[in-house]
Amino acid sequence: MFRPLPDSPEGPTVTVFVEGQPVVARDGETAASVLLRHLGTARITPVSESPRAPFCMMGCCFDCLAEIDGKGSTQSCLVPVREGMTIARQMGARKVVA
Amino acid sequence: MMIFDVAIIGAGPAGMQAACDLRRRDLSVVVLDEQPAPGGQIWRGVERNCQPGSHLAQGLGAEYRQGADVARSFRASGADYRPLSRVWQIEESSKEAMAQGWQVFVTRESQAEVIEARRILLANGAQERPVPFPGWTRPGVLTVGAAQILLKSGGLLPEGPVWICGAGPLPLLYAHQLRKLGGQIAGFLDTAPRDTLRRGLPHLNGALRDWKSLAKGLGWQAGMRLSGLRRETGVTQLRAEGGDRLERIRWQTPEGEKSATAGVLLIHEGLVPSVHPTLSLQCEHAWSDAQQSLRPVLDPWGETTRSGLFVAGDAAGIDGAKAALAKGALAAIGIARSLGVLSDARARHARVAGDRALSKARAARPLLDSLYPAPEGKIGDDTIVCRCEELTAGQIRAAARRGAADPDRVKAETRAGMGPCQGRQCGYTIARLIAEAHDMPRADVGFHNIRPPLKPVTLGELASLGKTKA
Amino acid sequence: MAQPDYIVIGAGTVGVSLAYGLQKRGQAVCVVDGGARDFRAARANFGLVWVQGKGGNLPAYARWTAESAALWPGFRDALEQCSGIGVDYQKPGGLAFSLSEQALRDRRAVLEVIGGGALPEGVEMLDRDALQARLPDAPLGPDVAGASYGASDGHVNPLKLLAALQQGVLQLGGEILWDWPVQTLRTTDHGYELTGPDGAKLRAANVIVAAGLATSGIVAPLGIDSPLRPQRGQLLVTERMAPMLPMPCSGLRQTADGTVMIGATHEDVGLDTGTTQASATILAERALRILPALGGARIVRQWSGLRVLSPDGGPLYTQPESYPGLWTVSCHSGVTLAAVHAERLAEQILAGALTGDTRHFSEDRFHVPTPA
Repeated sequence: MFRPLPDSPEGPTVTVFVEGQPVVARDGETAASVLLRHLGTARITPVSESPRAPFCMMGCCFDCLAEIDGKGSTQSCLVPVREGMTIARQMGARKVVA
Repeated sequence: MMIFDVAIIGAGPAGMQAACDLRRRDLSVVVLDEQPAPGGQIWRGVERNCQPGSHLAQGLGAEYRQGADVARSFRASGADYRPLSRVWQIEESSKEAMAQGWQVFVTRESQAEVIEARRILLANGAQERPVPFPGWTRPGVLTVGAAQILLKSGGLLPEGPVWICGAGPLPLLYAHQLRKLGGQIAGFLDTAPRDTLRRGLPHLNGALRDWKSLAKGLGWQAGMRLSGLRRETGVTQLRAEGGDRLERIRWQTPEGEKSATAGVLLIHEGLVPSVHPTLSLQCEHAWSDAQQSLRPVLDPWGETTRSGLFVAGDAAGIDGAKAALAKGALAAIGIARSLGVLSDARARHARVAGDRALSKARAARPLLDSLYPAPEGKIGDDTIVCRCEELTAGQIRAAARRGAADPDRVKAETRAGMGPCQGRQCGYTIARLIAEAHDMPRADVGFHNIRPPLKPVTLGELASLGKTKA
Repeated sequence: MAQPDYIVIGAGTVGVSLAYGLQKRGQAVCVVDGGARDFRAARANFGLVWVQGKGGNLPAYARWTAESAALWPGFRDALEQCSGIGVDYQKPGGLAFSLSEQALRDRRAVLEVIGGGALPEGVEMLDRDALQARLPDAPLGPDVAGASYGASDGHVNPLKLLAALQQGVLQLGGEILWDWPVQTLRTTDHGYELTGPDGAKLRAANVIVAAGLATSGIVAPLGIDSPLRPQRGQLLVTERMAPMLPMPCSGLRQTADGTVMIGATHEDVGLDTGTTQASATILAERALRILPALGGARIVRQWSGLRVLSPDGGPLYTQPESYPGLWTVSCHSGVTLAAVHAERLAEQILAGALTGDTRHFSEDRFHVPTPA
């Protein structure tokens, strides 16, 4: 769906883990952007359990809600990648964890 | 606890300009912004991207690169800049004129905190106008703004057959940027009405005051023609089809129905001011027919109907980045005046240059508004309107017909607007469907009540504020 | 509609429950509703159909509440069928948590007073382990000592209930005039006349004023005292969560949609319907003492409503002696009492007089002449 500019990367990169898989991300990229190019979706909706992907990328659609470093319902488009970050799609309704 | 003179929400053009100007008057300023770096959406990633010799910065254009200078001044201004800060509530802590103050509730790095300030400037920008069509929730469909953000923040280009559909300066600019950076576009579906000349002519004369912008826009259009890109005009009834991914798009033109395979569909139908904070604070708003959106009612200093609360930039009405700089400068003067560090007479004198800049920056806006009106096409009953609660136009229409023309009643009956986005995606469409069901002017319907929090906040974050106080 | 048999002022839960009950009994009812910015307690409700612990100072209220809870399943079936709108009603019993051993003992004492010396029928006290066994997906916080369980308690989506009742009234041939705030109410030779927006008039032999906090103002010009006061309650609601609470709890309830509602404060702030972060924090702290695992759940909305309270907290049903056919009906518990309002109270109003327990709910109880 999206690919890096041919002569990129410019600047440093980090490694994040998308559902367990290491993925190289450009510094400055957001978790949503990584989800988009790696999995193509960010979540399964709690209402009809249909897939959604980041839509607005600026914090106002909430379709990029994902689990970032274990924290559910995080707006992944507002989270810049960090070395070692774990990113996972949010599958349906949140579950409480004791 | 430190009480700032001013808390600015948003570090785009308006917020940065206001912060610089207020600091120059020695006022203490805190700037809260959701992004990791200054620039807002228009200049997103400008510091990182504008390294010497950057191919990306060249492709993004001269106006983008100008943001680097503003960001540099902002960094040097001495404002307490707090990036990655999610503002989730604003409350007035004291209404007494001398002690007037506000509390801004913020989460940063999962830590909630309260910031106190005597004045608030909302410079929180705009969002793209949501226009529902069948399949707009399907992965593979994004806004043009989203794609441009992916370009600015990750250096990403769309791939697969890429289609752009919509109207306005942004799709033209983005197509232009993609061309320069080696991106591929399968086609451009123009939804603007075809009678451009008739619509535009009455506003052309005024717009010539900003002939540079006009020339640039014409240049983008000419570039598109020269590139041989497939372009369709008079496009309506867009559909995004497929299973769990976008596979095909379908549209109508006056010549008939057409379709094409698609991997990415980028849509854009203009911008609307981000009014959730001012709506939640129950400021008065006015309906703009030209921009088909609400905007807070402001006095000439940028102050809302709530004393001590100011708005600048596109959050006050869509006028673009140059106007946002001017509005930020004017709001800074207004705030300095309201804090008593600038007399009324000096403030009036100080604003002359800002007024002139704003007027010039707005010169082309009536032309743009008339060329790219909000789409009026009928929304099919099966089309999802509320993306969070997955409610269709048919469900909203049924509720709208069942009782009073009151968006809060429709919200209560259907849950439309009760999801995490708080109606940012569905609010205007719901109001439009209510207006349609009751055959009344859109301006008379209003908007549903916006409740706190402005952004979802965890129970843990809420509770933590109790412990720190105890 | 030609002149209706009844005009009901107020299309909130109380008003439309009565209108629905009267319309079902063959009466032609016209309901008039206020403006968009009215207080509208019906839209701020927590959604409990709640029996346990109610009526400590008013035994008739305890019985009336229990009767309504018993009527609720049948009322729901008929309403859903009539309106075509599901209201998400369930009666799994309900829990009231105690956050210390002392609080648990106090809770038992309160319930035993209501039960006349023993726990009321259907009520049991659960210690911490017994409670945890009933909430297997909701790990309890260390402060939770136990809870009282009431088998008659249940919950409903109050917004869907309101929509279903309104739709039910329409479906049965009744009429609802939206955005028709009443300007004046006066007597005529054959009953009553209402003046609404732009001088519009409505007449009927019978009028029920069920306008919540606005009731007092509407009947005051007739010399009728309806002693109501507002009490603000603030509430929070989370995003949709996987099922974790199998039954409603006092101050904590998971809806059919999965959202968890957290309520509610009790504030005497007049007619202020605002919300405060301070109250949100108090509600969050209490919820996390009960269910710490909710700490990561996101609150998507906070709102407030104004409870409609009589001096003793019980319902107010009055037909003033000098105004036959004019009723004032108001209460705090319009959702719990919706069934008994639609069935029993509508019947009594139709018969022209309160009978049995409801005689205790006349506002005459606040006008006992003081001996000289």
